[in-house]
Amino acid sequence: MNIGLEHYLVVSAILFCLGLAGVLVRRNLLVIYMGLELMLNAANLSLVAFSRFTNNLDGQVFVFFVITVAAAEVSVGLALIVALYRKRQTAHVEDLTTMKL
Amino acid sequence: MKPELLPWIILFLPLAAAGIIALFTQRNRPVSAVLSIGAVVAGFILSIIYIGWAGWQPAVEESSFTWLVIGDVRADFGLRFDALSLMMLLVVTGVASAIHIYSLGYMREDPGFSRFFACLSLFTFSMLGIVLSISFLQMFIFWELVGVSSYLLIGFWFEKASAADAGKKAFITNRLGDFGFLIGILLVWGIFGSLNFGVLEDKMLENPDALGPVAAVAGLLIFCGAMGKSAQFPLHVWLPDAMEGPTPVSALIHAATMVAAGVYMLCRVYFLLDDSALNVIAWIGGFTSLLSALIAVQQNDIKRILAYSTLSQLGMMVMGVGLHGPTQAMFHLTTHAFFKALMFLGAGSVIIALHHEQDIWNMGGLRKKMPVTFWTFMVGTLALAGVWPLSGFFSKDAILAQAATEQKWALFALGVTVAALTSFYMFRLVFVAFGGSGRSEAAGHAQESPGVVTWPLRLLAVFSIIGGFIYIENTYGRQFLKDEGVHAINVIDQLTFPFKHAPVPALLGLAAAAAGFFLAMKLYSGAAKDPLPEKLGSVARAMRNRFYWDEIYQATVIRMHDFISAVCDWIDRWLIAGLAVRGTHGTTEILGRALRLAQTGNLQTYAFLFALGVALVLYLALK
Repeated sequence: MNIGLEHYLVVSAILFCLGLAGVLVRRNLLVIYMGLELMLNAANLSLVAFSRFTNNLDGQVFVFFVITVAAAEVSVGLALIVALYRKRQTAHVEDLTTMKL
Repeated sequence: MKPELLPWIILFLPLAAAGIIALFTQRNRPVSAVLSIGAVVAGFILSIIYIGWAGWQPAVEESSFTWLVIGDVRADFGLRFDALSLMMLLVVTGVASAIHIYSLGYMREDPGFSRFFACLSLFTFSMLGIVLSISFLQMFIFWELVGVSSYLLIGFWFEKASAADAGKKAFITNRLGDFGFLIGILLVWGIFGSLNFGVLEDKMLENPDALGPVAAVAGLLIFCGAMGKSAQFPLHVWLPDAMEGPTPVSALIHAATMVAAGVYMLCRVYFLLDDSALNVIAWIGGFTSLLSALIAVQQNDIKRILAYSTLSQLGMMVMGVGLHGPTQAMFHLTTHAFFKALMFLGAGSVIIALHHEQDIWNMGGLRKKMPVTFWTFMVGTLALAGVWPLSGFFSKDAILAQAATEQKWALFALGVTVAALTSFYMFRLVFVAFGGSGRSEAAGHAQESPGVVTWPLRLLAVFSIIGGFIYIENTYGRQFLKDEGVHAINVIDQLTFPFKHAPVPALLGLAAAAAGFFLAMKLYSGAAKDPLPEKLGSVARAMRNRFYWDEIYQATVIRMHDFISAVCDWIDRWLIAGLAVRGTHGTTEILGRALRLAQTGNLQTYAFLFALGVALVLYLALK
């Protein structure tokens, strides 16, 4: 079978949707965070695929930046989650809502 | 000081008195009385001085200033001087002076003494305003002011529900007439472009057909105003109820002046009324006259008898106008002012002497106990019945003679019948109230009233006697028959003039008066109770119940009015306040609540909506 660009893009799309589904459905904060990372990586995959199939290195350079930013974001985000957990003693996103119905 | 300013002073003095009393001297009774009486008596004296200086047909026709100018529309405010307005000036200030002085005695014990004089002064101002107006607009303003004064005075004892209701009834019935009046005024304005009486008269003289096809309609609409103010059928129902007011009010407003304003207005704009309108006017006047005379025959309250008598005489005056006789109508208006005011004041004298007793069957024997009141009342009765040589004879005969000249024999017969009935019910009143012997405690203990009450009676009695031959008709004649002129004949000739000029009406009128007198004497002299209800049965009952007109109106007009107001209430409550106002409120609230549901505070909901939005944008971008 000839693996073309479209195969990579489809995989990337599926990964993105899975990540999005995780963000929307799961209740544990950390799992939501993992879904978020999955979405980022899906974007990375598609960038690399484009770079490979158009013989243009810009895509791969962009991926470096994305990975760096993701790493920084994870550190800050996890710190926030830990702080939130210490305050509210829960990692359930439903219990974190303070707006009254 | 320029004599031309005198009428302005005469007009505004009572207003100043009313204002000062209302604002400053309500608690100070003597000062209020002095202000009010002073204003009107000064008005009378100044009127005499002015007429002495200017004569009856002054060179200065009008004194006015521009009040409003809006584009092409100009409204002037001013005073008109001609024989008609000057004569009425004298009558209004003169009769009002007598009644103001009388009120000093009549209202002595009333807590609202100052308020009464303030309202009386307001009324005097408004009536003088009507009489001196130069245009329909100005007259309409004062017309309404007179209505307001009448309302305030009828409902003077407002704690009594019947008095408050009577005030409302008078005002609302008047407003109905004024509605027609206003439409008539607007019609005239639309055709002529001006409301000034002088301008209108000139234009009508130039072109008698200027009103074109709407002539009769315009005339009848204007007559609506007179119907309301002068209580003609079918708007006659307010006048008897207006007797709830104090007796001086009944004398001044509902006998001498305000109700005469309608007749005055018809004479003022006589040139606008064409023959078909005048015919209708004559018949309405005649019918009112007959109807009220019949009702008066079976009334037992002294003031009601006099009220229906006033209605009947007003009908005669209006009939006079309708018979192409404005001079005669104004003559009768003037003499009627004298003797009717006299009789109301006399009735008031009797009422206070008997401690507010008004039923004639509880009176009796007052002839000996209250001689001045009795004799002046007799003078008034003889004048009203049309006995020669009193003033009423000449003025009533003038109208009857006019009917004969116009060859309107049905109205002539009607007039003679009314004359007979008038004589009958008035002598019934005299025999029952003053004759015989006292039928109650109060009647037994009656005493003559004090001077402040009897002197106005004496004064008015003098005028009732001489009013027929002091050139009153002559003065009015100069207004209406300008070119032909009316010859001033000496007093002796005037006394016999009706018999030489038109003997049939004169003699028939006297015969009618005599017939009424003898019939009344036969039935009521020395009677202990009314014999007519047995003799006439249901007819008498209908008369006593005023031919059920109030009941008819209650069943029809009032019910329809209540229905319309219930419909309007429904619309206001459910459609306007309900649907429009609270509906808008409700809709906004529901929308708000719906939109608020989007703010869940749930992170994942927001993320979902966000993703949805992105998908939508992508779809639209890639379409």
